[in-house]
Amino acid sequence: MSVSPAEVAVVPDTAMPHARLVGVTRVFSRRGKGEDIHALGPIDLDLKRGEFFSVVGPSGCGKSTLLDVLAGLATPTSGTAEFEGRPIAGVPAGVGAVFQEDASFPWLSVTDNVAFGLRRAGVDPAEIARRVDYAIGFMGLRGFADAYPAQLSGGMRQRVCIARTLVMQPRLILLDEPFGALDAQTRLLMGDELLRMWRETGATVLLITHALDEAAMLADRVGVMSARPGVFIDIVATGWDAERDSRIVSHPRFGDLTGHLWERLRVESLKHLREG
Amino acid sequence: MRSALGSAVVVLVLLVVWEGLHLAVSNSGLPSPVATLVRLGVLLGDADFWRQAGETGRAFAAAVVLSTFAGIGLGILLGMNRTTGAVAQPILVNLYALPKVTLYPVVLLIFGLGISARIAFGIMHGMIPLTLFTMNAILNMKPVYRRSAAVMGLTPWQSSFYVVLPAILPEVITGARLGVSLCLLGVLIGEMFAARNGLGFVVMQAMERGDMPSVLAVALLLAVLALVVNAALLALDRAWRR
Repeated sequence: MSVSPAEVAVVPDTAMPHARLVGVTRVFSRRGKGEDIHALGPIDLDLKRGEFFSVVGPSGCGKSTLLDVLAGLATPTSGTAEFEGRPIAGVPAGVGAVFQEDASFPWLSVTDNVAFGLRRAGVDPAEIARRVDYAIGFMGLRGFADAYPAQLSGGMRQRVCIARTLVMQPRLILLDEPFGALDAQTRLLMGDELLRMWRETGATVLLITHALDEAAMLADRVGVMSARPGVFIDIVATGWDAERDSRIVSHPRFGDLTGHLWERLRVESLKHLREG
Repeated sequence: MRSALGSAVVVLVLLVVWEGLHLAVSNSGLPSPVATLVRLGVLLGDADFWRQAGETGRAFAAAVVLSTFAGIGLGILLGMNRTTGAVAQPILVNLYALPKVTLYPVVLLIFGLGISARIAFGIMHGMIPLTLFTMNAILNMKPVYRRSAAVMGLTPWQSSFYVVLPAILPEVITGARLGVSLCLLGVLIGEMFAARNGLGFVVMQAMERGDMPSVLAVALLLAVLALVVNAALLALDRAWRR
């Protein structure tokens, strides 16, 4: 009984990256109304199977576009994107995403929200019930199974969205500032939940955030992006062990890490401020 | 229980105001509530009255069904694209504001004096709010709903049916509440100006006879009908929003 990734016919080849971006760029055409907008890249990125990777960068640097490319919601203008060795065309099976905006469906109860994707996929009802029950318990939604999103706080609704993604048993979980709208304390606690989920599922996680402490605490590696067009200017290995939780914020190395990240980011954020 | 009490108070106040106005006007122009209710009782026992009500009911039902399907369908088509939505919005708003009664002669020339002219006129009134509300509901829907559906592996068709439709339903129901009452308005205006049957025709005949209790009795009946339909749609809306 776990929501670990389904045993599918993917040979866990440790040498092969789980997801790979090579020279990915994204340019928005303005169709003659001024210059085209070069939003992203070129980006080269190898996500190792099972790692927790975090992306930080100034506002508007193309972080979310990067996530869209991996989710198959946006096609790169140039370069190649691969997931488990296959080029990404459309939303790949085995990829799940949670977005910053509240995406829980207000017309469905918590249980129906969590079961939504499985029902559309035609999964066996008994299996749906089992997985939904597990995810609801795992995300601490046990007492709210019959509630509707309007009756829940922002943090609880985001838990619903995470549970809804978890039941699909994704092998790559993409998180686009999922706690951006929550207060600082709730974010730290939600960070613990994320780490617990990551350990339990063994999935690869890509977290986009604007909070340096969040990135430094949660990730194995933190990618620092430049101002638009966003490219990786640094990738920092945090060196935490897998059993970490939010208490590492008091670790001396935590301060060094966030300090280092801010140093790299400060110049880029200033650029954004001046241009914006 | 509380809302039932509230409604009772509202009805009582309206009856008192009505009686007061009747006494103030003190001529045959505004009959008293009692005279009106007595006449309504007489009318409801009259087979011919029911035949006329049936005519109105048929035209109203046809106008509601057709404008609902056409309105929602057109709203979905226009709402799927930002450009068509932006173009259609001012056109629809202006059409909505247009006093459509001025176009009734044209409708009559096209459809003749039968029931189809009244249905068409009902649709002209009722369809636009439904189109506008549906279109705006789609244009204003949170994009994250469709993105989430896509990453959960839904096809665009599944996403339209299981996500877009339920997401826009509350606003569509609001549009329908407006549309249904306007349909009734359109049908009645049609009957009052050019028809030989229907409740609108009954009202015009009673007016010519100076039979004001009948006029008000029909008005009362229609008001109750409109309120019942509105309450039913409101209940549907509440059940959906929770």
